[in-house]
Amino acid sequence: MNALIPQLINLFAAVILILAFAMLSQRRILNLIHLYTWQGLAVVGSTTVVAYVTDQHHLYYSAALTMALKVILIPWMLHRLINRLNVRWDIETLVNIPTLMIVGIALVVFAFNVALPISRFSETVAHGTLGIALACVLLSFLMMITRAKAVPQVIGFLAMENALFLAATSATYGMPMVVELGIALDVLVGILIMGVFMFQIREQFDSLDISHLEKLKED
Amino acid sequence: MLNWLTIDWILLVIVVWLLIGVAGIVALRRFRFVARVLFPIGGFVCLSLAGLALQALGNTPETAILPIGLPQLPFHLRLDNLSAFFLLLIGGVGAGVSLFAAGYFRKGAGTPPGLLCLEYHIFLASMVLVVLADDAYAFMVAWETMALSSFFLVTANHKVPEVQKAGFLYLLIAHIGAIAILLCFGVLQANTGDYTFDNMRAMTLTPFWASTAFLLALFGFGAKAGMLPLHIWLPEAHPAAPSPVSALMSAVMLKTAIYGLLRISFDLLHTHVWWWGGLLLALGLLTALFGVVFAAVQTDMKRLLAYSSIENIGLLLAGMGLTLIFHAYQMPALAALSLTAVLYHTASHAFFKSLLFLGTGSVLHATSERNLGRLGGLMHFMPWVAWLVLIGVFASSGLPPFSGFVSEWLLLQSFLFTPGLPDSFLNMLIPIVAAMIALIAALAGYAMVKFFGVIFLGQPREEKLKEAHDAGIWEKIGMIWLAAWCIALGLFPNFLIGLIDSVTVSLVGAGLAQQAQSSGWLFLVPSSIERASFAPLLFLLGIALGCLLAYVLLRRLYHGGLRRAAPWDCGHPWQTARMQDTAEGFGQPIRQMFEPFMRLTRKIPTPFDKEPVYKVTIEDHFWFWLYLPIAKVIEFVAGQVGRLQQGRISIYLLYSFITLLFMLFLVQK
Amino acid sequence: MSISGFLSQLLAIIVALVLAPLLMGWVNQWRAWLQNRTAPGLLQPYRMLNKLFHKESIVAETASPIFRLAPYIVFGCMVLACAIIPTLSTDLPMSPAADAIALVGLFAVARVFISLAAMDIGTAFGSLGARREMLIGFLAEPALLAILFNASLISNSTALTSIVEYLAHKEFAIYPSLAFAGIAFTMVSFAENARVPVDNPATHLELTMIHEALILEYSGRHLALIEWAVALKLFAYSCIGLALFFPWGIAEAEAPVVLIFALPALVLKLAVGGFLLALIETLSAKMRIFRVPEFLATAFLLAVIGMLVHFLLGA
Repeated sequence: MNALIPQLINLFAAVILILAFAMLSQRRILNLIHLYTWQGLAVVGSTTVVAYVTDQHHLYYSAALTMALKVILIPWMLHRLINRLNVRWDIETLVNIPTLMIVGIALVVFAFNVALPISRFSETVAHGTLGIALACVLLSFLMMITRAKAVPQVIGFLAMENALFLAATSATYGMPMVVELGIALDVLVGILIMGVFMFQIREQFDSLDISHLEKLKED
Repeated sequence: MLNWLTIDWILLVIVVWLLIGVAGIVALRRFRFVARVLFPIGGFVCLSLAGLALQALGNTPETAILPIGLPQLPFHLRLDNLSAFFLLLIGGVGAGVSLFAAGYFRKGAGTPPGLLCLEYHIFLASMVLVVLADDAYAFMVAWETMALSSFFLVTANHKVPEVQKAGFLYLLIAHIGAIAILLCFGVLQANTGDYTFDNMRAMTLTPFWASTAFLLALFGFGAKAGMLPLHIWLPEAHPAAPSPVSALMSAVMLKTAIYGLLRISFDLLHTHVWWWGGLLLALGLLTALFGVVFAAVQTDMKRLLAYSSIENIGLLLAGMGLTLIFHAYQMPALAALSLTAVLYHTASHAFFKSLLFLGTGSVLHATSERNLGRLGGLMHFMPWVAWLVLIGVFASSGLPPFSGFVSEWLLLQSFLFTPGLPDSFLNMLIPIVAAMIALIAALAGYAMVKFFGVIFLGQPREEKLKEAHDAGIWEKIGMIWLAAWCIALGLFPNFLIGLIDSVTVSLVGAGLAQQAQSSGWLFLVPSSIERASFAPLLFLLGIALGCLLAYVLLRRLYHGGLRRAAPWDCGHPWQTARMQDTAEGFGQPIRQMFEPFMRLTRKIPTPFDKEPVYKVTIEDHFWFWLYLPIAKVIEFVAGQVGRLQQGRISIYLLYSFITLLFMLFLVQK
Repeated sequence: MSISGFLSQLLAIIVALVLAPLLMGWVNQWRAWLQNRTAPGLLQPYRMLNKLFHKESIVAETASPIFRLAPYIVFGCMVLACAIIPTLSTDLPMSPAADAIALVGLFAVARVFISLAAMDIGTAFGSLGARREMLIGFLAEPALLAILFNASLISNSTALTSIVEYLAHKEFAIYPSLAFAGIAFTMVSFAENARVPVDNPATHLELTMIHEALILEYSGRHLALIEWAVALKLFAYSCIGLALFFPWGIAEAEAPVVLIFALPALVLKLAVGGFLLALIETLSAKMRIFRVPEFLATAFLLAVIGMLVHFLLGA
């Protein structure tokens, strides 16, 4: 039984990585939101398991917070957002998807190697997943870079936050509660602001294509 | 007379070849004599060479000193396991190619047959000498002879401008490579002034100088092998040469470069740094991927094969890189496994690629057409060639139970054994590399299905193809010999592994043979039968039993007959053979996916064109990114230097005068 | 070769030959039900095979011997594949003849033969189908190999029986890398078996068909052999999937008695698998042919990431 629990944490981390790759290669905004929801759920699962193993109660709270925020509230807001913006259709990535995946693999190798020496010194149960968390951060970043539309970029940002959360849990059993609450609030406010922002962009340019923002710079 | 050493007999082989060459010169234009008498004799001499090499494998090295060349600088020769293995290949492949050539060379334009005979046998002899050479001087002489004789063979049809261009490019890159090899020997002798390999073996270089020597060797031999940025001559020279020559060049000459690299990195150098292996692995993979992608989009059958040779060389280099990594980390068993894979692939590539090139030769003869777009349906008119080439195609696609699969299998096994490496970064990269190799092998299958399908299957795309005749008896014999080895090496891997064993023992200090045969001669077992095993004969038997089962079932249940009818035309009876998928069409998915790899120029007709033409040319980025800029720089510098040449005697005298003054100034100092 | 080994080998082959069309019928039945159609009977594939075997075979005038040889070879390859994959027991005397890599090679042999046969006739359809089949193959093959590598890295073996024995009978453990491999495998098997997101086994629409274009010229007993081989391939793939990801219930060499339970277990697992296959097929839309390389490249890369994860987590 004891041997299984770290493996379970690893499995959750692997699932989060799979979902990060799936998001990277996903064309539909609606599916992106679904994947984001699943990722949130996997983070909840992994946090709960870590909380159970280490018997740290504050991790249960943060798991519950994640659940409420990232599995229920934010996806619901995103759904509303895309319904109102009417952007459920396919989006093309800036770089073709197999190339993105190959770059993604290179990032994974890089992240794993960066994380390896750090995780060797870490004593936590989940130290092995630090590399995965780091890889997820980089992959989400990559996703933000390669999308031309505003909504997927926001989702990329949110996925990055998920990955950071995973990194925190795996390396140090999570951040202090205050910090975590602060971040949760930040993300929520961030989403609201960006939602408003996207409406404004569309009002202004009749499109959510980020490239229109280039027109704002002074010539 | 009878207590001659093997090496003396091999020297006799060389002498016989040279005599045949001289006889060819004497009978310069008597084509029947040259083709039907001299080439077959040469072929049988090749066979005896293979026999001699077989005898030498596993014996103690023999040396000989030939008092030719400059005074005080005789040729040192040495016959050890590594050279015996490559001699075996030269003999084995050479026999098939020579027998084929007996039926191949015809009357016609270009070099007279007698001269070709001379060049051909000098080419063979120089390759044997390269492999035997035991000092830098003999090696370079043999190496240059090999380059020159093959240059003349490539330009056999020298009236054609493309052939001239191809020959020039080949010669140029061969010489740039030769300079690097020469410099490499210079580093290896470590300022002792003694250029024998014995002396180089005794030297221990610092890691810096060892790395320099390795990089120089990599550049020099890479140029000959067709490694990535230096591959540019290969797809030009191979199609230009007559088919038996392309076969020899691709099957054996490229392998002498592999030999050289093995000789220097495992025999002459003792310091080993792991990044050599990493570099070689990366270069090899890039070369292989590049080669196979380009092979899949070619429309000229010999160019396709040339690119496929680049791919195979890439795989060999990648395997060698892995061996170097294992060797640097002192893991002899694994090094032996991957080196066995490399040598096995060397052998199997030698046989199947020469078979395929000879097949294209027969097709070329029967149809005088190299363009895949004008071939098709030859299975019906040239069944012998078609079935023999099919064997080569299977071996080359790495399909079990043919020879190509065994080497691929061994290579993948050696990658899967890796997780013991001390470097975690390498450990992570290795599975990616294994996956890449799988991808390359699968792409090779794509290219080969295209090659065979477009040439031999379907309906003839041109009327004249219906008059195509099958290969003559000599051509058939040559191809059957090579095809038999493609099958034999696939079905009885332990036989060749037993031969390779002595080579790996002498190079990396461990062998695979004992382990491989531990579960009986049927099974190929790299470590234990629980870990991995492959029994090609049982495999074939299994498929055969399945077929038999189907056949017997049909006999029991079957009541209907067989009727011939026109193919399904979709209700559109005006179909012609030109409506079949073309070579371009077949390669189109690959072209689309790997477009960034190549430089595409497309000419698409408009609806208003009187004579619409669709044309795609696929060119190499390297030519434009690397070679043309260098050529421009050289041209510019040459132009500047050319200004010195004014044509007036007084100015030349002035140059001499200034030189004299400068020298005097130096002396005075 | 022991008697029990011989028997279990024979049993494996017979079970494969018999169950494969049944699995096909089961999947078709569920597909029909899920799509609100009246389903054909479970035994429909047998009836079809029987009918085809009795029919006259029509061979195109332009066909060469390769065309007539290919169905036999393809059938033979699939029979061998089913013989070396541990379906009921790991006590298979044929298994050392071919390991995971050779298994992939075996599928490649079948693919190359069927593609060559399609090109042999010299009509536009055949060569189109051959091109598409090779396109799918050149990505699916390394992907499958990478998936099997995931399993062999865990069990330190490429022999299929050793892999299954390790996964099924060693101490239970969760392997995150297998999660990647599992998703990749699902994607690859859809492509390889010409199922819906990649190809539609029920279509004869010129522009979209892949597998059907390949075998367009076949009829009578040749077609029957190919259809049977297709069913065997689906069976083989299902069994690989079950053996790698749900290996419980497969008998070991030391305990031949378990063989009695192995067959019901296999049938149960296949029934669930077949239902899921039909479900996924019903729920997804066929993708454009140019999306297929992307789909398969994703599978390939997922399998590669699986191997990386294996190394990172040091499992």
